[in-house]
Amino acid sequence: MELSFDNNIPIYIQLLEYMKIYLISGVFKCGEKLPSVRDFATTFKVNPNTMQKALAELESMDLIYTERTNGKYVTKDENLIAKLKDEYALTLAKSYFEGMRKIGLGKADSIKYLERIDN
Amino acid sequence: MELLEIKNLNKSFDNKEILKNININVSGGKIIGLLGKNGVGKTTLIKLINDLLTPTSGEILVNGKKVGVETKKVISYLPERTYLNKNMKVSEVIDYFKDFYDNFDENKAKKLLKDLDLDVNEHLSKMSKGMQEKVSLVLVMSRNADLYILDEPLGGVDPATRDYILDTILSNFNEKASVIISTHLIADIERILDEVIFIDKGEIVLQGDADKLRNKEKASIDEIFRRMFKC
Repeated sequence: MELSFDNNIPIYIQLLEYMKIYLISGVFKCGEKLPSVRDFATTFKVNPNTMQKALAELESMDLIYTERTNGKYVTKDENLIAKLKDEYALTLAKSYFEGMRKIGLGKADSIKYLERIDN
Repeated sequence: MELLEIKNLNKSFDNKEILKNININVSGGKIIGLLGKNGVGKTTLIKLINDLLTPTSGEILVNGKKVGVETKKVISYLPERTYLNKNMKVSEVIDYFKDFYDNFDENKAKKLLKDLDLDVNEHLSKMSKGMQEKVSLVLVMSRNADLYILDEPLGGVDPATRDYILDTILSNFNEKASVIISTHLIADIERILDEVIFIDKGEIVLQGDADKLRNKEKASIDEIFRRMFKC
């Protein structure tokens, strides 16, 4: 899993986004044990401190938790992940409509375009 | 106690001030970029930390000790230009490092050389400049040191090898150790940096957390550097 980063945006924020997608899409499932910070850092080719910062942020959002000696786990609360997914989907939808508004298309027209896409 | 503490450091050659009032604190477990144009004093600063030059005034402490024989044991230094005897084979250089440094991990060095497809039976003189640089880096990263100081480690190598070198740095420094990388190739390394120190005309002009700077300036470290030092 090699990730690409935009040097103009803090790396930990980009890591946080990648991690959210992994949680939403079930790459890491509810209650599952996560790799160590170091393993993450090696896989993603980032600084372990930056990885730690991203994980700390996820933890402050209760999406993951630390078991004192055992490492980090994905939350067992499926509702939290569902909520995250909902928020994320909404953000994607908003940015789609924003793009369409810029070229002069309203919501109704934008939806028509969505329907023209097969799968 | 900080891993590296530099207090009010000045260095002059003849009457020319090369470094002016440098203050730096480095704690363990960090990767720090020492960034500046050519000829602003980066290498002089690095030589001072390695006790290869004497400060005109000020103090440099490593693990609380003044730089000297004891601190050289815990600093692993990659100079800008190699000092290795090119008539040696890679295996002989490994023996040389083993004799010199108690904390040299021979097995690690051999593993890294193998990863890079470098033949231990080859003479350095038969290798390309980039290959020689890889050998030097492998030797330096194979010491279990507290502080790694790499002076322009990316200069002569191709982009693919640059990536490998960055990975090697990332995966081989332990949690207590720190790495200082001096370079002007900022875009290539900035994603692995915790902190940056910008040096210009012998002075520190900016020092801080890389991600915080990106957030504040809404730009990459490379871009911040370019804006600051526009010719």
